[in-house]
Amino acid sequence: MQSIQGILEFIDQIFVNLSFWFSSLLANYLPEWAVTFIMMFATVLVLIVFGLASIIWINIFERKILGRIQDRYGPNRFGPWGLLQCVADMVKLLTKEDITPSRADRLIFNLAAVVPIVPTFMILAVLPFGRGMVATDLSIGFLYIVAVGSLGTIGIFMAGWSSNNKYSILGGMRTVAQMVSYEIPMVLSVVGVILLVGSLSMVSIVEAQGQWRLPFIVLQPLAFVLYFTAAIAEVNRSPFDLPEGESEIVAGYHIEYSGIKFAMFLLAEYVNAFSICAIATTVFLGGWQGPILPSWAWFFLKAYALYFLLIWLRGTLPRLRVDQLMNFAWKTLVPLALANLMVTALVAKLVPQHSLVGAIALLAANLVIIVCIVIVKYPRWKQDKREVVLVSRPPTPQMESS
Amino acid sequence: MTSQETFDRLVARFPGFELEYVEGKDPAVLVKAENLVELAQNLRDEEECDYCSSITGVDYPEHFEVVYHLYSMKKEGGPVILKVRAEREKPHVPSVTPIWRGANWQEREVWDLMGIRFDDHPDLRRVLLWEGYEGHPLRKDFPGPQDEYTFS
Amino acid sequence: MTKLKTETVTLNMGPHHPSTHGVFRLILTLDGETVVDVEPVVGYLHRNHEKIGEKNNWIQNTPFTDRLDYISPMNNEFAYVLAVEKLAEIDPPERAKYIRIIMVELNRVANHLISIGFLLNELGCFFTPMFYALRWREMIVDLYEMTCGSRMMPNYFWIGGVSADLPEGFLPECKELVSALPGFLDEMEQLITENEILQMRCKNVAILPPEVATAFGCTGPLLRASGVPYDVRRAEPYSIYDRFDFDIPIGTVGDVYDRYLVRIAEARQSVRIVDQALRDLPEGETATPKKRKFKPPEGDIYHRTEAPKGELGFYLVSDGTENPYRYRIRAPSFVNLQALPYMCRGNKIADVVVVIGSIDITMGEVDR
Repeated sequence: MQSIQGILEFIDQIFVNLSFWFSSLLANYLPEWAVTFIMMFATVLVLIVFGLASIIWINIFERKILGRIQDRYGPNRFGPWGLLQCVADMVKLLTKEDITPSRADRLIFNLAAVVPIVPTFMILAVLPFGRGMVATDLSIGFLYIVAVGSLGTIGIFMAGWSSNNKYSILGGMRTVAQMVSYEIPMVLSVVGVILLVGSLSMVSIVEAQGQWRLPFIVLQPLAFVLYFTAAIAEVNRSPFDLPEGESEIVAGYHIEYSGIKFAMFLLAEYVNAFSICAIATTVFLGGWQGPILPSWAWFFLKAYALYFLLIWLRGTLPRLRVDQLMNFAWKTLVPLALANLMVTALVAKLVPQHSLVGAIALLAANLVIIVCIVIVKYPRWKQDKREVVLVSRPPTPQMESS
Repeated sequence: MTSQETFDRLVARFPGFELEYVEGKDPAVLVKAENLVELAQNLRDEEECDYCSSITGVDYPEHFEVVYHLYSMKKEGGPVILKVRAEREKPHVPSVTPIWRGANWQEREVWDLMGIRFDDHPDLRRVLLWEGYEGHPLRKDFPGPQDEYTFS
Repeated sequence: MTKLKTETVTLNMGPHHPSTHGVFRLILTLDGETVVDVEPVVGYLHRNHEKIGEKNNWIQNTPFTDRLDYISPMNNEFAYVLAVEKLAEIDPPERAKYIRIIMVELNRVANHLISIGFLLNELGCFFTPMFYALRWREMIVDLYEMTCGSRMMPNYFWIGGVSADLPEGFLPECKELVSALPGFLDEMEQLITENEILQMRCKNVAILPPEVATAFGCTGPLLRASGVPYDVRRAEPYSIYDRFDFDIPIGTVGDVYDRYLVRIAEARQSVRIVDQALRDLPEGETATPKKRKFKPPEGDIYHRTEAPKGELGFYLVSDGTENPYRYRIRAPSFVNLQALPYMCRGNKIADVVVVIGSIDITMGEVDR
């Protein structure tokens, strides 16, 4: 029993121990500041390599599942079960001609391909991938994520504007409107959790869920739904993929990009989608905590389960229109997030922290809000039903024709 | 097939129009171009031919002919077939677009391919071919494709 | 506060655009995202079908009509063949008539499935409904392949009958398909119709009032969704449609949502007709003896049928020779497309593609 726990502990801490071992190795030869510097650099490198490598896995995962949803196989030609398809696609993208339109603003056009990818990777820095596996435990972790995440908007708008194409300008404008609007409910919905935790640090948020012995999705189900909805819009995934909207504005902001620059946008999109799942895992699903399996395995299991939800939504839902998108953010998500915040603040003050009673009270408060929405909305859903009228009549008698 | 009764009614209503009953598989009413608009207006309002199904230009050796197939959606009756003749040199007939909005593109198509002008048409441009195309391909004197092929 | 000075943008949509159903170009005048004006430009697929039709002889034109609306080729052949038969006064055998009805109505189901699938695709559904619809369309096309060897360009109808009798195994498979199709339509409706986003996107978008629809000469599901119960199969029954029992579904508002509902309901009615035709299918000959040189008598004829997209008419003029003197096609998509600017004005760009999808056009027919 002892030995099994020891093995589990070893597997759990394998990456942390590796980094300790590496830094102590370096400490033998180098001064302290150099070790710190090299370790920071190594962490960044590991994160970037992880980000890039996970694209391959995520991409094939998405395409396989989309294929299944759509009643087909998905890629199955290259490699075992088509697992190397993404490598082939990458090689294709990287070897394609890199075109810059002659009328484009060259500097911004080229810069725009890099800008969205930088904040994407910066977000990974504060995420705890496992017990002790966090690059930097910033005390303002969530604030940092929000601040950095909103930088991506600028990159996309730069791309839309500098391409000098009307479709891409439309896509760029849509992106700005959408991202600015959806940031507000996204942040507001998490504020309730932060209120319960009393800290912005991602690591403390995870640990607080350990103290409650419940993930925050149980305490704040509405906040989770709000966060996830807003976050999907934030990363331009279906059903909020208006900035790309291939059936209306063709490809939106990246219509003029090709080759490696297009690959950069794709990369940013996938890493972004993964990071919102990772954030949701950390904030609402208890992060790396879970029985038996090593902590990092739990983290990725939960994150990929959420990613599966994203793919599922992409495979099934139609896209909203631009005015409906704005309505949804400002008339539905923001008021609900505010209501949730107020109720959470009230209940959290009344009940004791880290207790079953408190958990039940919070859950009940959330359920009350959800029931209220249904009561208000349900009559309208009912009355909107419409059916065709079937006109049944005999054929018109015809004149005798020759 | 325009029925004999409809024709008789039209003749009674417009004695001065020199309408002519064209016998055939689909009997039609031959009308003079200058009387077309008034007759069409009357057909829409009185006979309830609210639906203009088809407008066709035909290139006959002596003249051009524009054929209108009118139906009634309300009464589910019809068709009333009007035929209008235009001379070979600079053919033109009055437009019925003000009466049936749907005639717009069909008249443009006839002008495009057959070269029959429609007077008072709001927007008489080529519709299928591009602006600046020479000639009207559906005319019989327009050279067809050169390669001859036959099935045997 | 002084009013902001804004100007409109002209956006050239197409001819190479993923949602314009072929090579169709729209010149949009935009005020931000709102469409101020639309000018459709057609003709990119023009090959002067009618001129070539005059060069072909009467029999050669039958396969040529497959190329008009390539989504529903059987309907095109049916209309042409009926027009020629009316001109030459040929009466095909009873069995051929029933086979024709089966083929044509199956084709209508296939067309509506594709049309719904593409409409959903244009709403941003990322191909899933389209694949579901195409799976069942595929089964219908398989039946065509079994009967005449071709999936999309069947050339099955002949003047005076059909080219071959139904093959062995057709009837059981067709019966199986017909009994399964309503189930699939139910499934489709369950998955799609109640979807909140679909309702938001489709309801009260691009309303076409009945009097406007009539004035534009719109026909088919587009007209019936506006609430006009006009169906040529009922208003002027051709072939043997007066023997079948079916209803005409009509919409109540005339928006995109109604067009979607009417299409699904029409597919159900078509299944009903096929069911009845399979039940009543008589034995016997399938074609009148074919002449080597087919020369219909002189005269002109207009015959119209209810194709899936609307009223498909053929105006044929014969001068008694082997070739038609005039071969005119009244294409439903071409006429229906005129209502597009009316429906698009004041809506958003995203609605334009949805409206195109809801009209259900095929450029092969529009441009001819």
